[in-house]
Amino acid sequence: MAIMARELWGECDVNKIIGAALASALALTIVAGQAQTVDTEKAIEEYRRMLKEDPWSNPGFLDVDRGEDLWKAKRGPKNVSLETCDLGKGPGVVDGAFAEMPRYFGDADQVMDAESRILHCMVTIQGFKREDLTRRPHPGGGQRVRETGAIATWVASKSAGMKFAPKLDHLREREAVALGENLFNRRSGPFDFSCSTCHATSGQRIRLQGLPFLADPKEARAVIGEWPAYRVSSTHVMTMQHRLYDCYWQMRMPELVIGSEASNALTAYLTKVAAGGEISAPGLKR
Amino acid sequence: MTIRLTPVAALSTLALLLGCSTPAPVITDQRASTTIEAAFAGAPDHLKGRWNQDETLKVCSEYRNEPPAGIAEAIAKRELAAIQYPPDGNFLGDWRRGEALAQSGYGLRFSDYPAARASGGNCYACHQISKAELSFGTIGPSLSEYGKLKDFAPEAIKATYEKIYNAHAANPCSLMPRFGANKVLTIDQIKDAVALLMAKDSPVNR
Repeated sequence: MAIMARELWGECDVNKIIGAALASALALTIVAGQAQTVDTEKAIEEYRRMLKEDPWSNPGFLDVDRGEDLWKAKRGPKNVSLETCDLGKGPGVVDGAFAEMPRYFGDADQVMDAESRILHCMVTIQGFKREDLTRRPHPGGGQRVRETGAIATWVASKSAGMKFAPKLDHLREREAVALGENLFNRRSGPFDFSCSTCHATSGQRIRLQGLPFLADPKEARAVIGEWPAYRVSSTHVMTMQHRLYDCYWQMRMPELVIGSEASNALTAYLTKVAAGGEISAPGLKR
Repeated sequence: MTIRLTPVAALSTLALLLGCSTPAPVITDQRASTTIEAAFAGAPDHLKGRWNQDETLKVCSEYRNEPPAGIAEAIAKRELAAIQYPPDGNFLGDWRRGEALAQSGYGLRFSDYPAARASGGNCYACHQISKAELSFGTIGPSLSEYGKLKDFAPEAIKATYEKIYNAHAANPCSLMPRFGANKVLTIDQIKDAVALLMAKDSPVNR
């Protein structure tokens, strides 16, 4: 399957081509005005439907393949692969692991999402320096997702089609969920924003962009399982850690540290709300 | 749904049967503050402290923006006192500049330093304003024909200034940023935004 995707896309910069095509289509529709909002949604819906019929048309799969290669390759100062990394279901077990994350890991004494756990394994197993991996953890526009993100995209794709089934019953996991809910509603910064400023009501939008009501299980289930997702507007795969980082940027807050307790708590809370929702990573977002 | 009986789950079930539920872990203010500060470790000096909350944000967060009456009154009183008025007593600036700042989402994001231009108010992100702009958000109410609907009354013009300067004075725990009190916009910029909404020749009212 991995080879198939590469053969289809070759080495051309398909991200940019698809991004430009979709961006201009979106721009045209938006210019046509508010009455067209519904049509824009319909066009994206149609594009998603086509993607489901032909999943290889999502450029995010290039990073799924890359992530798989990175997981299996001998890398880092210790020159070993990540194949002994325990994502919660035992060393090397990837199938279905994402569906049960975030979870508490005794060896790190932390609740971790997929990206935090992969970072942990890259440091402890492969010998990478944590600060080298976390200094610039996310891609800029047009750049491809970083290595940790590519691996996380592959790991998430290995739970595609499954439903989120995080246990979150360990005391530390329940604490993470409560902490995440607290932070989701915590207002601060020069704009006095919290996550709930935009995501605590149904049917609202910023400009023309629809906003999911993330404290509502029905709406959370529809969107949380799409991440990591290929983001058309920035032409790269964006992970959940990057998505939260981007939200805080918009909220006028400083740069969110990848793998921080706050980021894992927020993801634990969102995943708890979205439990039962289908995982469709890598998704496709505007 | 399958029920998985781990020792913890078994204990909680037993606890529930005995009438004592396992309460959700309590997150103290201290716990949340420490966590959020660590999440922004490495923030440059000019962004440090943005995770701190004043009394108003503390209670608004705690009550999920629905404060009980007594607390709401205290917020309104405190935030009204924080409003600074234009020295010349004139609340109406230039609606054209108001329209430009209503369109602009620039400013105060960590990528906006050093600042290349004045911060915008990004009003269209949440409000319908001028009829010509169709790309508007719906988090706030529509402000279409705002001045006309208020009969361009002097009290309404002053109230509009106060609303933009500090929305909590009239609406405790409003979701709207305190543009003046938080120094996002200057007094002159707020006057321009007031003009966009309240001037008779503004496209909002034509």
